Amino acid sequence: METILAVLVGLLFAISVYLLLSGSLIRLILGVFVLGNATHLLIFVSGRLTRESPPLIESGLKVAEAGIANPLPQALILTAIVISFSLFAFLLVLSYRAYQSLDTIDTDDMRVAEPHAETLPMRGRDV
Amino acid sequence: MLAATLAPFVLGVCAPLVRRLLGDSVGWALAVLPAGLTIYFAQFLGPIAAGETLTFSTEWVPAAGIALAFYVDGLSLMFALLISFIGTFIVLYAGAYLKGHADLGRFLMFLLMFMGSMLGLVLSDNVVTLFVFWELTSITSFLLIGFNHDKARSRRAALQALVVTGGGGLALLAGLLLMAQAGGSMNLSTLLADGDVLREHPWYLAMLLLVLAGAFTKSAQVPFHFWLPNAMEAPTPVSAYLHSATMVKAGVYLLARMNPGLGGTEIWQVLLMVFGGATLIAGAILALRNTDLKLMLAQTTVASLGLLVFLIGIGTPLALQAAMAYLFAHSMFKGALFMVAGSVDHGTGTRELHRLSGLGRAMPFTAAAGALAALSMSGLPPFFGFIAKEWVYKGTLGGELPMILTAVAILGNALMFAVAFLVGFKPFFGKPGDTPHTPHEGTLGLWAGALTLAVLGLFFGLFSGFAESLFVGPAAIAVAGTPMLVDLYLWGGFKAPVVASIITVALGALFFWQGRRISDWLARVVDALWGPDKGYDQFMDGVVALARGVTGLLQTGLLRRYMLITFLVLAAAVVLPQLFDSIGVTLQAPPVDLLVWSVALLTLGGGLAVMIIRSRLIAIMSMGVMGLGVAFVFLIFGAPDLAFTQLMVETLSVVILALVIARLPVLGRDQRGPARVLRDGIVAVSIGAAMAALLLTITAAPLDIGLSAYFGERSYTEAFGRNIVNVILVDFRALDTLGEIAVVTIAGVAVLGLLAFRRSDPDASGQELIGQDISGRDPAALDPAVRDEAIRDRETTS
Amino acid sequence: MNSLILRTATPLLSGLMLLFSIYVLLRGHNEPGGGFIGGLIGASAFAIYAIAEGLAAARRAIVVPPITIAGTGLLLAALSGVASILFGDAFLTGQWWFPSFAPDMKYASTVVLFDVGVYLVVVGAIAGIAFALEERE
Repeated sequence: METILAVLVGLLFAISVYLLLSGSLIRLILGVFVLGNATHLLIFVSGRLTRESPPLIESGLKVAEAGIANPLPQALILTAIVISFSLFAFLLVLSYRAYQSLDTIDTDDMRVAEPHAETLPMRGRDV
Repeated sequence: MLAATLAPFVLGVCAPLVRRLLGDSVGWALAVLPAGLTIYFAQFLGPIAAGETLTFSTEWVPAAGIALAFYVDGLSLMFALLISFIGTFIVLYAGAYLKGHADLGRFLMFLLMFMGSMLGLVLSDNVVTLFVFWELTSITSFLLIGFNHDKARSRRAALQALVVTGGGGLALLAGLLLMAQAGGSMNLSTLLADGDVLREHPWYLAMLLLVLAGAFTKSAQVPFHFWLPNAMEAPTPVSAYLHSATMVKAGVYLLARMNPGLGGTEIWQVLLMVFGGATLIAGAILALRNTDLKLMLAQTTVASLGLLVFLIGIGTPLALQAAMAYLFAHSMFKGALFMVAGSVDHGTGTRELHRLSGLGRAMPFTAAAGALAALSMSGLPPFFGFIAKEWVYKGTLGGELPMILTAVAILGNALMFAVAFLVGFKPFFGKPGDTPHTPHEGTLGLWAGALTLAVLGLFFGLFSGFAESLFVGPAAIAVAGTPMLVDLYLWGGFKAPVVASIITVALGALFFWQGRRISDWLARVVDALWGPDKGYDQFMDGVVALARGVTGLLQTGLLRRYMLITFLVLAAAVVLPQLFDSIGVTLQAPPVDLLVWSVALLTLGGGLAVMIIRSRLIAIMSMGVMGLGVAFVFLIFGAPDLAFTQLMVETLSVVILALVIARLPVLGRDQRGPARVLRDGIVAVSIGAAMAALLLTITAAPLDIGLSAYFGERSYTEAFGRNIVNVILVDFRALDTLGEIAVVTIAGVAVLGLLAFRRSDPDASGQELIGQDISGRDPAALDPAVRDEAIRDRETTS
Repeated sequence: MNSLILRTATPLLSGLMLLFSIYVLLRGHNEPGGGFIGGLIGASAFAIYAIAEGLAAARRAIVVPPITIAGTGLLLAALSGVASILFGDAFLTGQWWFPSFAPDMKYASTVVLFDVGVYLVVVGAIAGIAFALEERE
């Protein structure tokens, strides 16, 4: 079972990286989204897979039964999902604002911070 | 002892304030501290001469074995006394020399801090403390050399000294740590007490080379000798203090200190003798080539340091005695001569040898100091310099050492003899020369130190017993690490060393007589040669070129290039460790589970569609499908909380993505050409394969469920909750969650901020600037006037 | 959005979702649910309301600016942790109160307060983002 999901995770990572490298802002956004899902699955599967027994303590019992799903990765992923959503929203708005300001969605043309004409660093003897 | 080391730092910080309060008499006030330190250290003379050693220790970083440990033996005491005694006169001298200078207070601050660093360096018993003080001397020296920071030459010299000595310091740190590791102690005295452990250790060669790199750079040995003459850009008090008696001797001190631990091996001897000898000859020749008094003295200092390294390399008891005697003599005569050179400069306005003569009448005290110091430096009886030189020859002649050693020593000493007379006598005798100012004697502070040190050279020559029992003897014993008989005397009969001395004087007189001709000839030959000083510039240019090359390679300004590099490193970082661990992954055929297969295919299909589809809306829908598939995975494998959260997030993501993407241009087809598709595809597949392999390796290894079991046991009994995931979130790991909801809040605020910015102030000039294509333009485009014009242009055209 | 069905159904739907979100929040300690999920459902309720009824109506419905809700939630969560310091425990250690009239009640605790804080942060931040994006310039 892990094998199927491991291959799935690998393929999702490959898709997201391919999208991220595209140089188009929209594909980059989609790539970030895929990357988030791939990562969540990665953490989930590395905590092992347990079919259909959620990490709940049955009423009447005081401690968890053996054989329930691993709760720790679930807790980590739960917050990760919400945070990655917030950051995804931020990224969306940032991209939108960048497009508005720079009038392009090609990341190669977004060079305000690192313009082509670089100033040369000082040489030792000029100090 | 700690207080004695720290006091100069504390007083140093106050120096500018004292200057403001006391004006130009600040030198006299501040000199009280080094004078007091001299008395403080002098009280140890008796016990140390009797063969005791003293240790003082204060915990600093006990966990790392770092203590502020101090160790007083003959060697460190001699250095400490030289530092504080000469320092007293230097502070006086600096007060007089820089009288009225606006930054005198700051200068004295650096000087006192240097004094504290140097004291800490020679007294340290802990390798880390030693290194810290070592670097502090480099830094304070940088500040002092660059004191005239409005002069480009000063800045270059300061930076050069810092680069050379600081680089050596890093090597030294590595060497010291290797020693501490090999010897099992951070304590220097412990390490050196059993030197065979170090000498027989497999790392010996590495330790030795690293420590030598530190010592040779600091003590200006060939090929690192070039920084010292350049450092003469510093005001003369600095040269007289740092570059004669103290800082440049730190490397010699280090070698002497390490001698019981690292010394005595063949490679030690060969390296020290070869580099020391080469430095002796090179420095002496370069001294004759120059005609600036300070530069001549600086070059003879290089030569003297070479001689000291050379003697430590020989390593016989007599050679070590010679090294300590010469070091003692040199500190006095060279300190005095530097101060004389500074006074001459101060009194006449020039340091050019050929313009100076007949100053004796106008500057009697300076002339007396110069003459006495020169006699000691030239090694004539009855000065202490003579004894030191005799012992040098005893060291080179003793045993079955090759005659070449004596020849090298004679040549070096003869050259220095000539320089001594050129610097100490020539300016003061003969017809008065033509100088920028009318020569006049300076104030007491300007000549008191020089005269005192020069007279001491005579005193210790006549009463060599004091030097022997209090300074040279204990120091030589400390360097050797074993007791020995030390007996210094002025006249021991007409023997081989005396013959060597006579040859030296004869040769030296010849050099002095032909001084100008030799100097001119050397100037023609030496200046044409490539030297390490030019090499330094080429090296620095090379470093900058390398930095530019690397920057050009990595900092392309292209986002996708940055990501490409990041992903490649990520793939390597994920894959490489897996190659070295021993977890075997066996791929078993996955079970035919229709549900899991279909969910996996659904997710993959969604993902692939996102990648391929050109329509924005269909891409977003495919994204939703993929998210749905992930939610199903969570649901199937017992994570209902995750499944619900994922569903909600998917829905909201699709909504906001649809809202934003509608305002962006159409997606269009992927613009990548076949080459980029291939390259990006390879990177993507590598990352994917790396991650899949990682996951397979993880699941093949045993899982430590300790933490999960802990939560399972305590979730209800201690936190009264049956949903373990939620209990982890809000109770067990609530601090994490608090941080995470803070991130969510900040993201919300940031989104509002980004959107509000535009609405409130659509014509803000900053916005317009971002809107322009400033790439490829001159930075002058950022000039406000130019920018405003550009904005006006835009407004009129739109 | 001019869909009659949506506009008719939305007030009811949103109200139900909001109610359901609080239910999910409170049951979360013992069954699937909790502040994060509840908050997402609550935020969706406002997002749908804004799409159907317009942004102005949605802003009126939520009364205070959404980001204020998020800030309040963050403050509440942080303060719920301070309570334990007053009782001598480490920051954010859960404190429980079992009143004598209802010894089996499991809701009187700082942990539930914390979860409510999480809920408010998620509702506020995400509704705020959604509103901001729906706003036409």
